[in-house]
Amino acid sequence: MEQPVRADHAGQLAPRRRRVRPGKVLAPYLLSLPAGLWLLILFLIPLVVMLSLSLQSCNPATGACVMTWHWAEFGQQLSLYHTQFITSIWFAGAATLICLVVSFPIAYWIAFYGGNRKNFFLLMLLVPFFVSFVIRTVVWQFILSDQGIILGALKNVGLLPQSFHVLSTGYAVVAGLAYNYLPFTALPLYVAIERIDKRVLDAAYDLYATRRQAFLRVILPLTIPGLFAAFLLTFIPALGDYVNQQILGGTGDTMIGTVIQNSFLVTLDYAGGSALSTVLMAVALIGIFAYARILGSRTIEEYL
Amino acid sequence: MTAPASAVSTATTIETRAAGPGRRRRRWTRFILPVYSWLVIAYLVFPIALMVLYSFNKVTTGLPQVSFAWNGFTLQWYREWSNVPGLTAAFWLSVRLAIASTLFSTVIGTLLALALVRYQGRRFRGKTLIEQTMFLNIAAPEIVLGASLLGLFVTINLARGFVTLLLAHVAFSIAYVAVTVRARMTGFDRSLEEAAADLGANSWVIFRKITFPLIRPGILAGALMAFALSIDDFVTSNFVSGAATPFPVWVYGATRIGIPPQVFVFGTAIFTVGILCAIASVIIGWRKPT
Repeated sequence: MEQPVRADHAGQLAPRRRRVRPGKVLAPYLLSLPAGLWLLILFLIPLVVMLSLSLQSCNPATGACVMTWHWAEFGQQLSLYHTQFITSIWFAGAATLICLVVSFPIAYWIAFYGGNRKNFFLLMLLVPFFVSFVIRTVVWQFILSDQGIILGALKNVGLLPQSFHVLSTGYAVVAGLAYNYLPFTALPLYVAIERIDKRVLDAAYDLYATRRQAFLRVILPLTIPGLFAAFLLTFIPALGDYVNQQILGGTGDTMIGTVIQNSFLVTLDYAGGSALSTVLMAVALIGIFAYARILGSRTIEEYL
Repeated sequence: MTAPASAVSTATTIETRAAGPGRRRRRWTRFILPVYSWLVIAYLVFPIALMVLYSFNKVTTGLPQVSFAWNGFTLQWYREWSNVPGLTAAFWLSVRLAIASTLFSTVIGTLLALALVRYQGRRFRGKTLIEQTMFLNIAAPEIVLGASLLGLFVTINLARGFVTLLLAHVAFSIAYVAVTVRARMTGFDRSLEEAAADLGANSWVIFRKITFPLIRPGILAGALMAFALSIDDFVTSNFVSGAATPFPVWVYGATRIGIPPQVFVFGTAIFTVGILCAIASVIIGWRKPT
């Protein structure tokens, strides 16, 4: 890509090009230096610190930790909290599935029929982000409450028995997760569908494809990388979520995020909390690497 | 501007081709998708509308807590917006934090975006590594980011407060800003810069007169993103805040005992400002000559 451009200017600009060369060579590194350092020190190194903390033995009273290479911590934590892990996978998976099913048609509609109002519709998808996550969840708590505007009304007309309730059950947690993470699914899907070359679709119709065939054999295969990106960008954050579970869920369906938060902030069991966080991060990494292996590492970050 | 046009032409193509035996059926089926999409948008907006509505709700129980029985319209909570001292302090802390975090992350993220858009291959070794780190940063569960940062601050014995909050917020905003700015920069015409260079402008003049005005909409969008992320953040803040309590952390703490109606007033204020900025950025995007 760059060679021809340089060749164009080679005759006239050769002397000046040579003079600015050191700056030019260093430019990408200088430009990315602040971000690189910040992410190294405050993102990558903390992950290493977390791994090392999970192998240390901590004194809960003083918070002092000593490295003991205590690998058994992982086994202990997993045997203690595997139910919470399974609950998290179950809830996050259900919410992600709902998000994918709900947002695919709207992403499709905006991408194909949005016309010059695409930006407006994308903004509408992002509207929830302008209200604090905690407040949104609190409002859902009110919406789903036993005598709230939906259940209360349905109970008053007799469509639901008086004893029916959603709050403090897994259904409420999944509903909250599905609402809060929907934009994370819809936007990558939109990017994927938007990018489909419309002429490919025309070609399919020219070859007498029905609308069903065109969708199943042209559009869907072309959006598969986007579907997986959307899945990862929804499932992984939802897996560690504990706000929805704490506000909407009951005591019987604790998610792993609650356990991690308690370890760090309540019981000050840094080793245990770190071990669980490391497992969670490992799950995220496995997902991302699997994506890279199957669909190519270059594609995934295009959907952000 | 070519993409929407081609989408429209595709739509008409589908229309004419599929209009055959099933013509009458298609008449109404073509409304399914738009109606469905508007329903989804309504679903997304619904809880926010409720929040705005109930910020005007009277409280009859004597206890200043939001209740979801409609007791009548009042402006009381807007008049008494600063009557809950902890909440007001938390709100201003969040605003200061969001402004500082936006400044840092917008500058740093834009520089990164410039590097990522312009340099590839041999000229920028390590680009893939940075891109993968960015993706990991965005995709990672936020609780892991918060917990690992707390682990770091505990290990190096850094007292939790405004500084740790700022460090953390910039850390999770940079990647989002870089992605947003980069998205708006693709299609950037580099020949304009080359023309300026040919006319003798030095790098600084080129940046100030050519590059910056052209990428300004992208930078604004990135800054808006960073501001929204910071003012809304709960999970990471809850880990690294210490005694300094930002707005979402305060609200979360209050959910145990019942939240005062002023929370919805602040929520409405943040929402209004955010949505106005977003609309402004969309309009600026429209005015951008292509």
